[in-house]
Parts: sequence; C-alpha cells; structure tokens
Amino acid sequence: MATLLAIGTAKGLFLATSADDRRSWEITGPHFPMTGVYAVAVDTRRPTPRLLAGVTSSHFGPSVATSDDLGASWDEPDAAPVAFPADTGATLGRVWQLMPAGPDEPDVVWAGTEPSALFRSTDGGRSFELVRSLWDHPHRPEWEAGFGGQAVHTVLPHPRDPARLLVAMSTGGVYRSEDAGATWAPGNTGIRAYFMPDEWPEFGQCVHKVARDAGNPERLYAQNHHGVYRSDDDGRTWSSIADGLPSDFGFPMVSHPGRANMVWTFPLVADSERFPTDHRCRVFRSADAGGKWEPLSVGLPEGPFYPAVLRDAMCADGSTPGGVYFGTRSGEVYASRDEGDSWSLVAAHLPDVLCVRAAAV
Amino acid sequence: MLLPGPLRGEAGGASRLSVTAAGTLRAVLDEVAAEHPRLARRIRDERGELRRYVNVYVDGEDCRHSGGLATPVGDDAEVQVLPSVAGG
Repeated sequence: MATLLAIGTAKGLFLATSADDRRSWEITGPHFPMTGVYAVAVDTRRPTPRLLAGVTSSHFGPSVATSDDLGASWDEPDAAPVAFPADTGATLGRVWQLMPAGPDEPDVVWAGTEPSALFRSTDGGRSFELVRSLWDHPHRPEWEAGFGGQAVHTVLPHPRDPARLLVAMSTGGVYRSEDAGATWAPGNTGIRAYFMPDEWPEFGQCVHKVARDAGNPERLYAQNHHGVYRSDDDGRTWSSIADGLPSDFGFPMVSHPGRANMVWTFPLVADSERFPTDHRCRVFRSADAGGKWEPLSVGLPEGPFYPAVLRDAMCADGSTPGGVYFGTRSGEVYASRDEGDSWSLVAAHLPDVLCVRAAAV
Repeated sequence: MLLPGPLRGEAGGASRLSVTAAGTLRAVLDEVAAEHPRLARRIRDERGELRRYVNVYVDGEDCRHSGGLATPVGDDAEVQVLPSVAGG
C-alpha cells in the first residue's frame, strides 16, 4: 500500500506518493497550475479513494474538482459544485475546507467556505448545497473577516454520532450542532478574544484550527489567534493548554488519527511577529493532551528559519507508526514517519504551501 | 466570441465560438452558458456578474465602459474574453 501526500499551494496542487513506507517520494504537478489550492481531501471511505481539491483561479473563480484515479485525471461537473443560492446575494470566494463525513455517511462531504458558510454534499463531493441553518444564524452579521478573509476553515464531524458536527471560523469562533446541522450554538466558553472590548464574548473569537482526539471524541484541541486550548466536552467549554509552549500563537493544530492525547502544532512568536519562535524550525508535540509539550527538530533546518506554517499546512496520516507532515510558506514540505521524532524533506522550492493531507491509498 | 487559451479547454478546444443570440452581451453569454456551462462559470459568478479579473470586449471596447452586460451586441459583432493583468 502506498502513501499519498497531497500538497495544495498558492499556484497549484502537487501530489507526492511513497511506495516504500514514506522513505522516498515521487512528486507530480502542478495540477491546476496558477490556482490557489486552499483545501484538499483524500476520501478513503470509497472502494476507490477519491481526491477532492478546492481550487481558486484569481481570474476564473473557485471550483471543486475530484479524481478517482489518484490524480491522473480530474473532473468537474457542469454546474458550479459550490455556489451560493441567488437569494443570499453572496458569491463564493473560495473553498477553505473539504471534509469527508463519518463512516456512517459514506457519500457525505462537508465544505467550509469564504464567506463563512457550510455546504453539504451527498454525492461524494461532486455537488454541494448550502446549510441554511448556519447561514441564517442571527450571529452571522457580526462575524468579521481576519487578514485571510472570513471563512469556515474547520469542519469536524463526530466519528460516532452523525448528528453532531462542529465548525470553526475566523472570526466568529466555534459553533456546534447536535441535530445534524438543523441548529447551531456557539462553543467558545473559555476562549479569550484579546482583540475585542469584551475579551470573553459568546462568539467572535478567532479560532485558527480545531482537531479532535482519536481516543476520546469529546476531546478537542484548538490553536487560537493567541491561545491554545483543550475541550473535554465536545467544544462547549475550553481551558488553556498553552503552558509549556514557547508561544500561544500559531495556525495549525493536528491530532494523531489513531493515538489518543497526541497533538502537534507549530508556534509562531506572536500576532505581531509571525516568525517561528526563536527563528527555529520546530514542531511541538504533546503526548498527554496538552499537559506537556516537547520541541521536535531532528532533520529539520538548523539555521535561522522564518517561514510560517499555515492552518491547514500540517496533517497526519493514519498509518502506524504515525506519519506527520507540514509545508511552509517558503515551499518546503517535511515528513516524519515516527510521530515527529525525526523529519526528512519531501519537496522544496514549491510555491507557498497552503494545505497538506495524507492517507494510505 | 473569441476565447483565451486558458478557457479553450472548456469549449472543446475552440478558440472561437459562433453565437446566434444578439441584443446584449448578457444574451450572448447566456447562450454560451447553455452550451458550455463550465466555460460560462469561469466568466461570470453565481450572481451572473462578470468576474473581477475577466475582461470582455465588444468590438474592441471594454464592456465595463459601455454598459456592462447590457452592452449592445450587433450582428457580426466580435466579443473577446481576456484575462486581465492580475496574479502573482
């Protein structure tokens, strides 16, 4: 079985494949040259894995393409896969997230978009429909745009209960549904919004990324616009797990797909200084759900290092031992096949890396 | 209607389409949309507006300076689609 690493960049999608247990990689691309690929997914629930790519041309707009032959060919439906209904008056900026639902819904795929909205597909990601309940939420007029735009960037289905779903947006924060998306409630209690007059609002937080624990689906981890948090009640309340990190600012938050309590992040100095802490290329890992953190840098560049890692530019695969991957804004991609203990270079000199996703295929 | 290289794949490789609709640029683009929907959504968004960095010229005149989608298109007119100078 091979491992596929999909690398979305500012100028197209690159696909890295390893047939020797992630020791070496063959790379193809760019697929969709000169498009920003902010979202990619490898849907392994199907008999044949399906790749999904959210591509945005600065000229010709956004779309979602799918491939059922691991990227050898791509297809798009005639109608726009993700589009706002006419009565909304909105137009799709880009797709920020493509997330296959749980195993009980093999044809359901979720899409998070800019402007902040959630779309649902029931045909494996070929076409999507706006989730009206979130779009019509009374809080929506108060959701603001961050520097990267206003978007739903995180969609987390519950692995055991299809009725439960969590989304996160910048800004706006976390919203939860327990009725398959019919209604939504904010889930930001305990997350500080230092940039607002009321620093502990019901909503309005700038959550950068949320990840769900592999062993306990009630447990979530969030990297915030300053602040690193854990929830043990499926996102209702949060408490800080930033102690032990060199900074509480950053973008990604990745959980181990098969091992409880293990997460990785890539801290930056601060909102006002978006460089890796100490100008060193280091991933930080916790094996106890954020109680302690350790820096990981074996095999990573040793000299001064300035590029950031964006919110979706870090991921883990489902293999054993666990593989971890990240890409930088300077176009390097690194992989670890031992849960971060050591790293090797997969690719260099790519355009800015926007997202990575990996799976055994 | 003349198509730029990046869009020809959405029209079966054609660089030039013959359109029978006349009257306005909107009518021309609507006819093209019926035949080539993926081409059409590269040119206009879901609200039917021209995408920001796509320029359309009717007989050499930028439609944004001559009525937008209501720009008159006469018989034998030439409608040219060009990506604007944008991107990094």
